Order: sequence, then structure tokens, then C-alpha cells
Amino acid sequence: MTPVLQIENVTVRFGGVTAVHDVSLTINVGELVGFIGPNGAGKTTLMRVITGIVKPQQGRVLLEGRDLARKSIDARVGAGLALAQQIVQPLHDMSMLDNVALSCGSRKTGRVITAMLHTNREPERDKARGLLEKVGLGNVVDAMPATLPLGYLKRLEVARAMALEPKLLLLDEPLAGLNQAEAAGLADLILGLNKAGQTILLIEHNLREVLRICPTLYVQDNGVPLAFGEAGEVMKNPDVRSAYLGGHA
Amino acid sequence: MAYEITLATTMAISVLFALSLNFISGFCGQISLGHAAFLGTGAYASATLTKASVPFLLTLPASAVIAGFFGFLIGLASLRVRHDFLAITTMGVGFLFVGVVRKQDFLGGELGMAGIPSPDMSREMFMVFCIFLAAVFAVFSLYIRRSWMGFVFDSIADNEDVTRILGIDASRFKLAAFVIGTAGAGIAGALYAHHFRYIGPDSFGFVQSVSVLAMVIVGGIGSVWGVAFAAAILSVLPLLVQFVDDYKLLLYSALLFAMMRFAPDGIAGIVRRSAARFRRATP
Repeated sequence: MTPVLQIENVTVRFGGVTAVHDVSLTINVGELVGFIGPNGAGKTTLMRVITGIVKPQQGRVLLEGRDLARKSIDARVGAGLALAQQIVQPLHDMSMLDNVALSCGSRKTGRVITAMLHTNREPERDKARGLLEKVGLGNVVDAMPATLPLGYLKRLEVARAMALEPKLLLLDEPLAGLNQAEAAGLADLILGLNKAGQTILLIEHNLREVLRICPTLYVQDNGVPLAFGEAGEVMKNPDVRSAYLGGHA
Repeated sequence: MAYEITLATTMAISVLFALSLNFISGFCGQISLGHAAFLGTGAYASATLTKASVPFLLTLPASAVIAGFFGFLIGLASLRVRHDFLAITTMGVGFLFVGVVRKQDFLGGELGMAGIPSPDMSREMFMVFCIFLAAVFAVFSLYIRRSWMGFVFDSIADNEDVTRILGIDASRFKLAAFVIGTAGAGIAGALYAHHFRYIGPDSFGFVQSVSVLAMVIVGGIGSVWGVAFAAAILSVLPLLVQFVDDYKLLLYSALLFAMMRFAPDGIAGIVRRSAARFRRATP
């Protein structure tokens, strides 16, 4: 098993509150790991540690063995991370196609001078068309994001992240705000991407869909790791059941 | 005829100056309220050099490099501030420039620099040269708009955080916009100094910064044609109509307000919408 992401003994404190306490987690190539936990579990904080928005007081994060400390978010993306955000943020003044095409052009946007010397956007638009097709948005490539419903924009986030050809795809509550049918459709898409070889860390509240598609689960509560392993086994863990159902479930 | 030549030269310098701000504010979405400082940097640099017997044409690249260097420094310092904070920071830079220049005897202090040598060319030739440089910057702007750099600028202007999430080092692109835009203003400043042959600190104050911002907003922020058109008209209006000259700041501010309220996308936006309406009306 080759590790893609290694989180080693990460602790984050905000003033007197410990949001994440001594968390260690390894995600290997080709895995689809569901990261769950009740509200206030520290999921978003750990996600922000991975993307570099929050700096841990202790511990480190490695991507393919390289320490990500002191790397900005764009450098982390360049190193192989990609993020689909919980609150969708399309580029409103661009079509759906150009939103993804810009993401496809990382070779041309890596350096200012390269970006200045290149004008041809067609190869990236062709690739973007394929990706939009793949996430089920082939019929709205020329639409402006403001005209489309949330379910479409959630898929756009995934397509834009996939365009970066990441080593690890971070999905931050992609199913939040979707109805059951939309959530199931997007969950199927995530499973499909994983089956095609994409390593994914899925942070999600929708337990039903997570249990349906994720073979491996990581559970955290109050910033403390509760369980990590095969989904069925993890859900039998009394601590996990207690965290989700309250009291002594 | 001499008057028309003066008008056309003033117009061309203003177009170049407005397009240089359009590069920073229009393309990259970084609002600057102190752009006149870079016009002034280029003007003082070029005037000082020609007074030291450096040929005028050689002072142009020098003015661009000096203004671009200061633009780089200001850009670097401004990377962490956005939106209205950036506007206030750049406004401070504008005041700082005037404050510093006023106290420098070698730059003429309060009185400014008079007797700037004429460029080594006839007035007609100088007019053609100014128009040529404005046209070159316009073509360059149109090219950048089509390039991947323009694509990234669009993204930064739209949402800088998302741009970073797409793996793009937005800071480098913002710095590039600052350097190119301020270098363009530096060249406009060199032309300005040798056109009017007198420069003083007040030529590059807040009024000048607001005037050029008015040209960009009225033309349609980001639109090369719109900004060039608005700059051409607004720069010569005070020279043609005495009333406009007397109440320039009042009129420009009112225009700025009216545009932001009723047509934030400026003349370019009005033309675009009218053309779309016309196309729909004629099957």
C-alpha cells in the first residue's frame, strides 16, 4: 500500500479550545475514505489543516511523503491536492466550460510568462467538455453558473477539482443541501471516480450515502479520533454509536 | 492646427494612462486610487533624465522601469489587502508620492520642474508618436485579454480565493498586473512631462487619480475600447469647454456616481446591451 496522505499527530487549538487532538490518519492510493463525525467534531478544522488554511500547533501533513508545512494552498494544489468546497464557489462571470477549462490549464497558468505567451484555450476546453460530460453536466457546458441549481454547481466543483488531476481529491460535504435523489446521484459519481482509480477523502454528514459508498471510515468526535477502519466494523464501535446517537446507544 | 495637435496629443497620453489603470483595475480587479503617483514617477524620472541631457527616447524605457519597480513594491505591499482596503492603501500611496515630491529640491519641490526640454521631434511627430504608443498598449491589452494571463486575471477579479484553490499563484499574477500597469503609467508620465514641459506635485495628486478612475469606470471597467473612448473624450472635454474645466472634479465625481448607480459596466456595457437588444429586435 502506497500512502498518498499522511496526517501525523496533528493538534489544533483555538485559544483554550482543542479543535483537533493528536490525530493521525493515512490514506493509501486508490482508497475512498469517508470522514464522518457529529457537528463540532473538528472535521472542517482537519480539512483546513490539510489545505493549509489552519496551521497546526503540533504534527505534520505529508502528501506522497512530502511535508506540506509552509506551503500555500495553491502550492498544495500544485503538489497534488484538489478541493471541492462545501459552499459552492463558481467563477460567476465565466461559463461552466471555462470554469473547468481554467482548471485544466494548470500547465499554462503555472508561470506568469507562460500564461502570457499562450492564447489557445481549445485543448483545455475539449478536456473540460469531457469532464463536464463525465459528471453529468454535458448539457449545460455553455450555461452561466448563476442560472443553474445547487446540484449542478456541486458537480461543477467536482469537475473542477478532477481537472487538476489530483493525487488526492478532498470533497467537503458535497452532498449537503441536495435532495435524496441528487445526493444519491452524486454519491454514485464519487464512487465511479474512485473505481476509476481516484483516491478520495470524503467529508460528509449524509451517513446513509457515506455508508453506501465508502469501504473505509474515519470517525472523529470533539476533535478526538474515535475509529478508523472497515466501515461495517467502525459502525459497530460503541463509541461511534454513542457519538452519533447520544448517551449509551 | 497647433491647438488640434495639442488636443490629440493630450488625448493619446490620457488613453495610454487610462489603459494602464485598466490593466490593474479592469483586468485584474485591483482598484487603485493612487495611479497618478506612477504617472508622476514616470514624468519626474523622464524630466530629470532629459534635463541631464539623456535623449528623450531613452528616458521612456527608464521611466517604465522606474515606475514599474515602484509598482512592484506597492503591489508587493498590497498583496494582503483587498477591495476597499486596497483602494485606501493605494490612495495613501498617492498622497505619499505628492508629500515626498513636494520636499525634494532636486525635483523642484513645491514649484515643480519647468523648462523640460522638448522631445527631439516636431509637435506633429510627437503627436503621432503618442498615438502610436497608446495604440500599441491597446493592442497589447487586447492580446493579454485573449491570453491565459487574461483568463487568470478574469478569475482573480471574480474570486481570488477560488483562483488559489485551482492551484494558481494569484499573488504573482496580481504583481504582474501591477508592474505592467504602472510601467504603462510611467511611459504616459514621460510623454506628459515632455508634452506640457512643466510638471508639479499637484499634477499627480488625488484629482488626477480620481479622473483616470472615472475614465476607466465610465468607459466600462475591463473594456479596452470603452476605456480608450472614455479617456479620449473626458481628457479633451475640459480643454474644449471652459465650464467642464472649472468644475472638473465635481463633474467627474458626478459621472462616476451616475455610472456606478445606473450602468456599472460603463459605456462598453451600454453598447453591448443595446447591440443585443437590436439583434433580438431584428430577426
